[in-house]
Amino acid sequence: MSAGTNQTGGTNSGLVKWIDSRLPVFSYLQKEYAEYQSPRNFNWFWNFGAILTFLLVMMIMSGIFLAMQYQPNTALAFDSVERIMRDVNFGWLLRYLHQNGATFFFIAIYIHMFRGMYYGSYKAPRELLWMLGVVILLLAMATAFMGYVLPWGQMSFWGATVITNLFSAVPLVGDSIVTLLWGGFSIDNPTLNRFFALHYLFPFLIFGVVVLHVIALHVSGSNNPLGVDPKGPQDTVSFHPYYTMKDSVGLAVFVTIMAAFVFFAPDFFGEPENYLEAAPLNTPAHIVPEWYFLPFFAILRSVDFDILFIEAKLGGVIAMFGAIFVLFVLPWLDKSPVRSAKFRPVYKWFFWIFLIDCVLLGYVGGKPTDAPVFGGVESFQIIHLGYITTFWYFAHFLIVLPLLGIFERPKPVPKSISEAVLGGGSSGAAATAKPMEKA
Amino acid sequence: MGIVSNLRLAAAATGLIAATMFVSTTAFGAGDVKDPDSQDWHFEGIFGTVDRAAAQRGLQVYLEVCSSCHGLKQVAYRNLTDLGFNEEEVKAIAAEFDVVDGPNDEGEMFDRSAIPSDKFVGPFPNNAAAQAANNGALPPDLSLQVKAHIGGPDYIYALLTGYTEAPADVEVPAGANYNPYFRGSLIAMAQPLWPDGVTYSDGTEATIDQMAWDVVNFMQWAAAPEMEERKKMGFKVVLFLIILSAILYAAKRKMWSNLDH
Amino acid sequence: MSDDTQDHDDHSGSRRDFLYLSAGAFGAVGLGAALWPFISSMNPSADVLALSTTEVDLSQVEDGQRITVKWQGKPVFIDRRTPTAIEEAESTPLAELRDPETDEERVLTPEWLVVIGICTHLGCVPLGQKASEDRGEWGGWFCPCHGSHYDTSGRIRKGPAPLNLPIPPYAFLNDTSIKIG
Repeated sequence: MSAGTNQTGGTNSGLVKWIDSRLPVFSYLQKEYAEYQSPRNFNWFWNFGAILTFLLVMMIMSGIFLAMQYQPNTALAFDSVERIMRDVNFGWLLRYLHQNGATFFFIAIYIHMFRGMYYGSYKAPRELLWMLGVVILLLAMATAFMGYVLPWGQMSFWGATVITNLFSAVPLVGDSIVTLLWGGFSIDNPTLNRFFALHYLFPFLIFGVVVLHVIALHVSGSNNPLGVDPKGPQDTVSFHPYYTMKDSVGLAVFVTIMAAFVFFAPDFFGEPENYLEAAPLNTPAHIVPEWYFLPFFAILRSVDFDILFIEAKLGGVIAMFGAIFVLFVLPWLDKSPVRSAKFRPVYKWFFWIFLIDCVLLGYVGGKPTDAPVFGGVESFQIIHLGYITTFWYFAHFLIVLPLLGIFERPKPVPKSISEAVLGGGSSGAAATAKPMEKA
Repeated sequence: MGIVSNLRLAAAATGLIAATMFVSTTAFGAGDVKDPDSQDWHFEGIFGTVDRAAAQRGLQVYLEVCSSCHGLKQVAYRNLTDLGFNEEEVKAIAAEFDVVDGPNDEGEMFDRSAIPSDKFVGPFPNNAAAQAANNGALPPDLSLQVKAHIGGPDYIYALLTGYTEAPADVEVPAGANYNPYFRGSLIAMAQPLWPDGVTYSDGTEATIDQMAWDVVNFMQWAAAPEMEERKKMGFKVVLFLIILSAILYAAKRKMWSNLDH
Repeated sequence: MSDDTQDHDDHSGSRRDFLYLSAGAFGAVGLGAALWPFISSMNPSADVLALSTTEVDLSQVEDGQRITVKWQGKPVFIDRRTPTAIEEAESTPLAELRDPETDEERVLTPEWLVVIGICTHLGCVPLGQKASEDRGEWGGWFCPCHGSHYDTSGRIRKGPAPLNLPIPPYAFLNDTSIKIG
């Protein structure tokens, strides 16, 4: 059971050799997944890449089978989803898997991102790797948004109305853009049709960018909890079987949690109102997006004032998109030479503050703006908390991180992974001399 | 609010990312609505099942009371076999309704009795007709009402049993009725349930509470007919996954024990 | 598992193998079971199955008239056969038939022939439901696609089709109506 087995096992067969010499898929898999050397000190947070890959495949699979039953027509869409839930064999399972799969995809993607932030995985030479990840986030958001419209419930319809209307804030051509998106003068059948087509397309775009993401990863190699590059074989293990096994454990646990929701609380993350069919003349009392959009929704609503010549409406849209686009330049905002927050005593605190800020933004996004934050204190409303948390979101990236790069004094960083993992100090040399495996 | 039942389920499942749950369940502002009391439903919990006797009585309440204004368009008569009706009984229930079919060979639409494969026939041919008959208010379809409200069963039960005299400071306009559980507390639907509004064949006394209880049991089944199958399968799947996780974890530990840490 | 030889009789080695094997087996079983719902979802759904029977009123069908009804999306030919047609069907020796079946085996009452109107060659719908159409050499049906001839019992007599027109499951509800399916 070591990487060596696969080498011979993989190329022993004549057929495999024949194919591989013409199309080197086997040697590619061998090189990039079996022999691929990974830092030996990954913690469980490094599971989420594999978990996300699994979820993407699961979403595409369940989506394709749902698409065989779904009717992208305003007159039929809602009922066709209910038909899937009631009449199609295991239709409810496919639908609930797909619905909760979206939620768990975002849970995994956010954990994956915060892990990257904590351990400085976006820093040189992994800037493009990080940026491709942000592209995946953007595509996933677009996919999720359009997918949410398809059941044609009240939240589908009004969420789509509100989000597409964001583009009307664009000066001069805003209204034309919205009309173009709609294919008409309101959200209607043409809109539903194109959203369905694009919702089917985008996951494959995501898949493509994921391939680029993995290629970029395998050029620089994975980061690790210490943020120190591996110095030699004593610092690494082969990806297979060590990390394939570890990823399987994490995946199994994650899927167990997801299954608990799918089977026992399938509508927990959903909006009840979406079980009412879309009524274009009747807006629900309180429109909220899906939970994974709430922080961005909060930022959008928190800019309710004009900034110089920019009107509040446009300002909110700029802030919301800015909140994602600032992630693209994160590698250049954080100038600290140290990657891992383990060795950055001040950044570590700001990381947790930022995480809490994002959770608070989510809380703000789900509440009416004029509700009091604390019972009894009427003057401190959700909107005020929104101002603070929105300000802090941007301050973290644009002020805190650049300043930390200048003023923070990092703790001493271990010279190598093996030194830190196998007992530090002078024993490092002894450790490297030891054989890696007992056998 | 019925978040309680939501949370109970979630706690049974797992306490993952408490923060986001908090956000998503508190998304709706309460306003001036009275919170429904939490009832002890037979269908709750991971082993909860449909109380078929109650649901059958609930069907009777739906047919004799609710169905004069409310449709149930996602449910087919054939589905009633789930509730323990046999095929003859289902045929008899269906046959009491007329559906428009056609066109026939002459190109005319015609009425025929409903058959088990038909969906429940609603009281109105379309929404406009429903509104015209109800002073502009649209009686919602009942197929999914339980799922369409937070804490749906508790809410509907509270609503059906919650009609009361309006307080002195609330002015109730003509065509409206006071119900503190309804958002805005003025509801177009007049109190639908009255004592002995139906005569139960199993001898159960038809109190308002009993009828509300029964019809909510029926509506819960109508909204989530897959529930029992889902929970049964879920129990097996989750158990399997827990064992798989444990085995994988043991194997992983064994494998990594070959390495020096 | 090549390095198993080294610690073959080692207790920890067999425990390890057991763990790896059961992990693999459990994973494979889980994956296989997870695929079934996806595939099964493509089978006919409950609403489709609920429509799998059709009731037909025969009271308006005249002697010698043929009607077509739809059952499970397929054309079903119902022929109120004339005495001549019955006579022809019944008197045909089995030796002449490619797919030997007596007429008796193919009807509930000789007057009514009920067959699925799909050519057993490649699935076209044969001609012959209207008197004006080509009914082939044996006065039954004629498939225009590749020239298969069927007789008045719907049996294949000539052409590429291998089998007789199939009989759907049906029963008489009373003298003038049948239920197909």
